[in-house]
Amino acid sequence: MAQDDHSGSEVAAADSSHAAQDFAGSTGTAVIPYDAFENPGFEPHRPRVTDEEPKREKRAQRTVYTLFYLSVLGSVWAIAAYMLFPIESNDVDAVRLNNMFIGFGATLALLGIGFGAVHWGKSLMTSAESIDTRHPIASSEATRAGAVEVFRQADEESGFSRRTVIRNSLIGALLVFPLPAVVLFRGLAPQDELPVPLLSHTMWKKGTRLALDPSGVAIQASDVTIGSVFHVIPEGLNDLEQGRLEEKAKAAVLLMRLEPNELNPAPGRENWGYDGIVAYSKICTHVGCPVALYEQHTHHLLCPCHQSQFDVANNCEVIFGPAKRPLPQLPIAVDDEGYLVAQSDFTEPVGPSFWERN
Amino acid sequence: MSTVSTRSPAPVKRSFTAGASEYLNDRTGIAVAIKGLGRKAFPDHWSFLLGEVALFSFVVILISGTFLTFFFQASMAEVHYDGSYVPLKGVEMSVAMASTLDISFDIRGGLFVRQMHHWAALLFVAAIGLHMLRVFFTGAFRKPREINWVFGFILFVLAMAEGFTGYSLPDDLLSGNGLRIIDGLVKGMPIIGTWTSFLIFGGEFPGTEIVGRLYSLHILLLPALLVALIGVHVVYVFIHKHTQFAGPGRQPMNSVGPPILPIYAAKAGGFMFIIWGVISLIAATFTINPIWNYGPYDPSPVSAGTQPDWYIGFADGALRLIPPGWEFVWLDRTWSFNILVPLIAIGIFLVLVVAYPFIEAWVKGDHREHHIADRPRNAPTRTAIGAAGVTFYAGLWAAASSDILATHFSLTMEGVIHALQAVTVIGPFVAYFITKRVCLALQKKDREIVLHGYESGRIVKLPGGEFIEVHQPLDEYERWRLVSQESYEPLMLRPNSRGKITVGQRVRASLSRWFFEDRIAPVTKGELEASHSAHH
Amino acid sequence: MTRTKRRTGRRHPLATVALLALGLVFTGGAYAALSSGTVAQAEADPTSQETIEQGKKLFQANCATCHGLAAQGTGTGPSLIGVGAAAVDFQVGTGRMPMQMQGPQAQQKPPQFTDEQVKQLAYYVASLGPGPEIPADHLANGGGDAANGAELFRVNCAMCHNVAGAGGALTEGKFAPALTDVSGVHIYEAMVTGPQNMPVFNDLNISPEDKRDIITYLKYVQDNRSPGGFELGSLGPVAEGLFIWIFGLGAIVAITVWITAKSN
Repeated sequence: MAQDDHSGSEVAAADSSHAAQDFAGSTGTAVIPYDAFENPGFEPHRPRVTDEEPKREKRAQRTVYTLFYLSVLGSVWAIAAYMLFPIESNDVDAVRLNNMFIGFGATLALLGIGFGAVHWGKSLMTSAESIDTRHPIASSEATRAGAVEVFRQADEESGFSRRTVIRNSLIGALLVFPLPAVVLFRGLAPQDELPVPLLSHTMWKKGTRLALDPSGVAIQASDVTIGSVFHVIPEGLNDLEQGRLEEKAKAAVLLMRLEPNELNPAPGRENWGYDGIVAYSKICTHVGCPVALYEQHTHHLLCPCHQSQFDVANNCEVIFGPAKRPLPQLPIAVDDEGYLVAQSDFTEPVGPSFWERN
Repeated sequence: MSTVSTRSPAPVKRSFTAGASEYLNDRTGIAVAIKGLGRKAFPDHWSFLLGEVALFSFVVILISGTFLTFFFQASMAEVHYDGSYVPLKGVEMSVAMASTLDISFDIRGGLFVRQMHHWAALLFVAAIGLHMLRVFFTGAFRKPREINWVFGFILFVLAMAEGFTGYSLPDDLLSGNGLRIIDGLVKGMPIIGTWTSFLIFGGEFPGTEIVGRLYSLHILLLPALLVALIGVHVVYVFIHKHTQFAGPGRQPMNSVGPPILPIYAAKAGGFMFIIWGVISLIAATFTINPIWNYGPYDPSPVSAGTQPDWYIGFADGALRLIPPGWEFVWLDRTWSFNILVPLIAIGIFLVLVVAYPFIEAWVKGDHREHHIADRPRNAPTRTAIGAAGVTFYAGLWAAASSDILATHFSLTMEGVIHALQAVTVIGPFVAYFITKRVCLALQKKDREIVLHGYESGRIVKLPGGEFIEVHQPLDEYERWRLVSQESYEPLMLRPNSRGKITVGQRVRASLSRWFFEDRIAPVTKGELEASHSAHH
Repeated sequence: MTRTKRRTGRRHPLATVALLALGLVFTGGAYAALSSGTVAQAEADPTSQETIEQGKKLFQANCATCHGLAAQGTGTGPSLIGVGAAAVDFQVGTGRMPMQMQGPQAQQKPPQFTDEQVKQLAYYVASLGPGPEIPADHLANGGGDAANGAELFRVNCAMCHNVAGAGGALTEGKFAPALTDVSGVHIYEAMVTGPQNMPVFNDLNISPEDKRDIITYLKYVQDNRSPGGFELGSLGPVAEGLFIWIFGLGAIVAITVWITAKSN
């Protein structure tokens, strides 16, 4: 029993405007009323003003070729602009003029052809419409049967479906042969490094001095006044011959000074700062942008990428936004010359979370 | 056009065109294509040109991109900039960045071509989006065009990938931070995250490989896939012929419109030049991607207002909308739902988009070919679903500019994000409800007009003192457009041949009810006669 | 019939207007000529007792309600002892002070005082306790290394103010303003004093020469239009995307409607 609905046979009127039976297939849940309207056929042809008035036709013609000639002018202009607006003077404004005038010439050249061609098509070309017949996309029964016969004959001659061992082993071979190519792509990453240990350590070590970004000059504790923010890199980062940006992407640090009584260090971290000076990783724990915006009075750190906010007074815990983990803190101290130094590396991996982080 | 030589009874001298055509045809048999395709009808509606906007901007991208490849160098080797832009003189940067600066400042017309390339890319993806919306809202994805919908969807994804790989090539601060975000996203994926990040960047971020690899994708692999799929996509349009809107003389089994040669060629060819001209005008007058302001990528600086190009905005916005704290450690592993939830939500959304034609076909059970485009109001549930989808996408997209919304409308960024969280989650339901009701109301209005004519604005006083407005009845051509649509009923559940009602059938029936329970059927001849006799 | 011109003895209709205009020109011109000499744009002398006295009077009349009669601070305004002349020159010179309303963001508005008065206030506050001074011309007027300045700007300033100085959002409705219309002196003073929630960039963090370089870079951005054309606010991809959808696609859709419309 049909678990479906209106099959073709239930349609009462063989109405040419709802040619359901022209395209094989059931009509599903479509409703085909027996007294639907019929297609009234084409509307009477309405002539254009350019068809009826020769003067308007002449005007349209003039417009079209004028546009094409303007296009030629545009091309010439663009070439002339290339020569007349040099940019070798180190002057940014010269580049602007060069860009603008070559561009205007090119624009005129292109729009001239474009508008001219469309206007020609709309107002001058004969406006009669073409009518094509659509044929069902599916091939005729005969063609379908022919195709089936081809496959059947090929199957018979090759024994493809009969010789199951040959067939199955072929399928197996075809499935497996791309795998070596896939394995080759392992070479995209270094063979001798593992990601997790690299992610878990930075360049900071006990005694590494905190230095200014980007100059690399070491920072003394007395330099850091209340309300300051220093952008910090490890001393020696700029001297690296290789891997400078990779180390910086983990080692960038923010240095701020608050009144000591405004800070609430977590248990065990009371001596990670120095007299209200605290250092935190600059790399956002969400997806790794630099959390660089520091608000002096609210002690908020804001990441501009996805608006995560961290509270410096409370161990940089997250107070808004999609991040979860607080920014890792760099334990700092002062060496005997008054320079700020790290007490050790960060005690947890910096930057965005990853699966193996625990 | 042949002339006969008057000097001697020598062979007839033919025109150059005739001679050349015969030469070509003798060797290719191309006449059959000209005969078959040359006078094909191409239905004419403005919304049918949106795909062409995408196609023609793609041509601009290809040509301008080829020019750029002669000057751009995709190497991350470090160099000190020595070109003419003063605020970057002597600054250490990658060769990729330096060569992009050279294109902009030291090659005549280089900046113009670069801007054409980037503006055309923005237009390309926008046109694909608008084209896809048109196809959706007119039901042009129905049989036999479902496969073309899938290919079109793949093209949309490829276009976004092309754009992303492209704007990351100059290795500037803005796109570099975008790559950093992608790296963080990838790292957050369970099990494979750290290794995938390692493979993509050739080690730790940023590494020295990524620009070169993106370059291979951007100029080799992705364009090849795009060109091939665009070819298939357009061939399908020829095989299926374009859909057409209902109208007098337009039957399901014909195709009416101007012939390809000469009218359609003139209009479409002219349109191609117009698109090129519009892109050229914008590139001549508006700055795009001023990498000289951003400077070279470094993991430490970042600019306020860091956003990806518009077509990646929905993904960035999804990341911004997640509330704080959606990450925990369990079984010694970190589960980053603040990253997984956006990925999963977007994934589900995309799957629904690509699968929609198949879902709707299953619900309706209509196996006929469909070549008459629907008016959106005549498919109320589909249109409402589309509106809900657009609202969801728009909420995510707007979230990507949350900080700029805050500064420009004097709002708090927290308020903007909270409002957009509501828009993205609740908005689709509201949009669905409103759109469905509007569609049904418009259909009712159409029925009104067919039955009673449209209000002509003429007021007549009847002998009895009563005022009426004269309603002008429609002529049969105008009326046809309002009564020709199809209407569907909800599926009636019946047991199958084994006397059972399967779960699949139940699901299908309830979906069918959801789709077609509220429906307005078009006016029939009988109804119109009945209403006329009621009046007279 | 010919028309004869008769003298009616009446005034020309525009006579009144002409008389009024003459009167205005005379009085205005006389005022301008006679008064230009009397209001001297005097340079306030930082060491003169008169400057400081004037400053004190201005302070007590305009600032003391929030900052206290001796600038010691009250519940509504912080102490100004030690903020230095630079802070006052910045805050009052840009119109941020006197504050429009209480809040963490002092809105910029037209300055309420003349340059001389601003200096008098500044030197009065400076006299209360040592603090950052108004920078010398050679530091505030540019002429430094724009490339170094650009690099420092990107590391220290761009995250709030945007790489091109277009401004940016901070938390809870605050914002970092655009820098495209700010004088070199005020930029210097803002860096060294850290107004409102902007951090302090003292001379050991960013040296005076580095500050001069940053100002040089900002002047370069202010003075040079973008080579690509209109900047769309230097807001980046958001503005570019909006533009292409609204104006690019908008124009193109309008053109498609024209192309497919039936010809007249």
